Amino acid sequence: MTQYVAPRPGSSGARRLVGGPRPSDRIFRGLSYGSAALIMVILAGVAVFLIIKAAPAIAASWSTGDLASGTTAGYANFWAYSGPLIWGTLWMSFIGLLIGAPVAVGIALFISHYAPRSLAGILGYLVDLLAAVPSIIFGLWGIAVIRPYLLPFSHFLTEYLGWFPPFGGQVSTTGSTVLAGAVVLGVMVLPIITSITREIFLQTPRLHEEAALALGATKWETVRLAVFPYARSGMVSAILLGLGRALGETMAIALIISPSIVFSVALLTENQNSQTIAANIAVNFPESNDLPRAGLIGTGLMLFVISFAVNFAARWIVGRTGGSAKERRSRKIAPPSDAASILTLDVAASPLEALEPRGSSAHPEGQEPSIPELRD
Amino acid sequence: MSADTARTASNSFTATRLPRLIELYTALGALAVSGIVIALIGWTTTGFLVLAAALYLMLTGVVSGVVENRRKAVDRLVRGLVTVAFLLALAPLVSTLYEVIVRGWQALDWNFIFTTGGTIIDPATMKITNTIGAWQAVIGTLEITGMATLISVPIGILTAVFLVEYSPPGHWMSRTVTFLVDVMTGIPSIVAGLFAFALFTLVVGPKAFSGFSASIALCVLMIPTVVRSSEEMLKLVSPELREASYALGVTKFTTIVRIVLRTAIAGLITGVMLAIARVIGETAPIFIAASFTNNFNGDLFSGAMQTLPVMAYTGYKFPSSDIPASLQSAWGAALLLVILVVILNLIARLIAWAFKPKGLQ
Repeated sequence: MTQYVAPRPGSSGARRLVGGPRPSDRIFRGLSYGSAALIMVILAGVAVFLIIKAAPAIAASWSTGDLASGTTAGYANFWAYSGPLIWGTLWMSFIGLLIGAPVAVGIALFISHYAPRSLAGILGYLVDLLAAVPSIIFGLWGIAVIRPYLLPFSHFLTEYLGWFPPFGGQVSTTGSTVLAGAVVLGVMVLPIITSITREIFLQTPRLHEEAALALGATKWETVRLAVFPYARSGMVSAILLGLGRALGETMAIALIISPSIVFSVALLTENQNSQTIAANIAVNFPESNDLPRAGLIGTGLMLFVISFAVNFAARWIVGRTGGSAKERRSRKIAPPSDAASILTLDVAASPLEALEPRGSSAHPEGQEPSIPELRD
Repeated sequence: MSADTARTASNSFTATRLPRLIELYTALGALAVSGIVIALIGWTTTGFLVLAAALYLMLTGVVSGVVENRRKAVDRLVRGLVTVAFLLALAPLVSTLYEVIVRGWQALDWNFIFTTGGTIIDPATMKITNTIGAWQAVIGTLEITGMATLISVPIGILTAVFLVEYSPPGHWMSRTVTFLVDVMTGIPSIVAGLFAFALFTLVVGPKAFSGFSASIALCVLMIPTVVRSSEEMLKLVSPELREASYALGVTKFTTIVRIVLRTAIAGLITGVMLAIARVIGETAPIFIAASFTNNFNGDLFSGAMQTLPVMAYTGYKFPSSDIPASLQSAWGAALLLVILVVILNLIARLIAWAFKPKGLQ
């Protein structure tokens, strides 16, 4: 038994009770605030340094000097150069989403509402694994597998549907087409769209679904009447985030398509494939001089602005997901919107479930019914 | 029309139903028919699966439409479609891994990992020797990713601590930081590379390619991932633990370090591992910021550096005089990269499993 000794007045113990925060406290607090501030500085830095490096090319005359030769020859100014690239980026991403998004939503629906409860977690993890595959691997896969694979299909499309502009033109013999690039993009946006829509489908108020079922609706009618209306804006925002991913994809596209900087809708041709901004930078950056490099950085700045806008729109819409304004405010937390943190939740939430008995939203089987607001 | 609806509704409990396992029978039937048809016109696995899926969807739709009713037919059709969508997503995963393993296996052995590859021209005889090897890329990958981790992890976790522990809810700074982190998650990786290149050409001058520059580019991509996952993990720590600690008179710093971070440590490490797994495969930013080389360069702070993903890319895009060897080493590098990513993911799982908070199960 230790004997309790009351501290004498004025001793160190008493001073600590009334004194201010300790130095360790203050230092840690400062470091923590500093890191948060550093994030603002980094993002501002990205914008500022890109603008500084791009400005010479945007202001320069493109008819003389370095810019009049090589890969940048023949453009009146920066905007004439970046215009077709912006078009190519948007077009390629659009086709990729057209292929990937419906499948992704289907998978999310399968995992959240159709698959057996006990399997849902594992199946979700399998799809998340797609997010862990580096993009260069998908690029090599696109070259080795998808290109030859799509050739017969391309011939079929041009022969029978050639009157439709995207399928028209001289069909490619190598398969390095926009379509091949878009298929690979479609695969790459799958995990991000699936993981977000899955989270939102799982957040549908259980009572809405039970009400629909009680009225005699079939499973599909329940989904159409209760789940889709609740998740609509979340789905839109997930698809926009997928678009953000597709816009910035570089190496897969740079490897797969044989590009030209044109406004073209052709999907299957040899030399009318609209080039994307990111792939154009990757292809031309190593061999460029200072000024053309500045031009490339300028197009990179355009890409930054576009993907910023797309991401901004996605966040704004996801903030409006589900239920009344009051419900949204009470939820406070939007579902995790990047694949990495969902993967983390999947992997790590199980040991921590002891601390949060209701379970992580990444584990549908651990959820209690009728509590749509998870971590609040 | 209304009479028909009424009849359907009143009959829905007694109307004919298909047997419980009808979907399994239909699927087996569709596979069999598709197998016979495709075998007759020339075997392709894809054709077999596509035809089987189409047959299955048609059969379920028609059979259920005839025997049951239109609503049930649509329901079964959607169930089939959604399942097909899921199987469709597994195809690229399986195909990619198969392709990388089969093609990469030919190149991959201990020599490939520990030899510096490249092309050497002997000035006396003008004879060109191509060596296959990835040692320069392995070292480059480990150094660049390691430096990026060293910088990103403290910043990321401290920012998460700020968001969860320090900032009052709804404070302007936490709202701004959360928003900016979300925006940063969406930065295209090549833009991060351009940022590092622009920064280093302005600071160091031209010839600014270096491994450290690539690490900075990776930091831009890694910090938001670390912040987001650490934030989620810290939020899972129950407030009761913090309150218990404060009630004992423990200071905020000690509470955060000894209670909050320690409780969440498994989740934090898992998040970091997955963030590393994500950036280790980045190609574009490293390609822009560190350029590429076939020479061994162990110095992070000067000169171009090779990494595995860039090696896979340049092997295809800028092959040496011996093209098959270049392609082979590209696939070898790709397989090595996949193995690294798999190891990181496994470590993440192991840590999550091994560091379960004790006494709380």
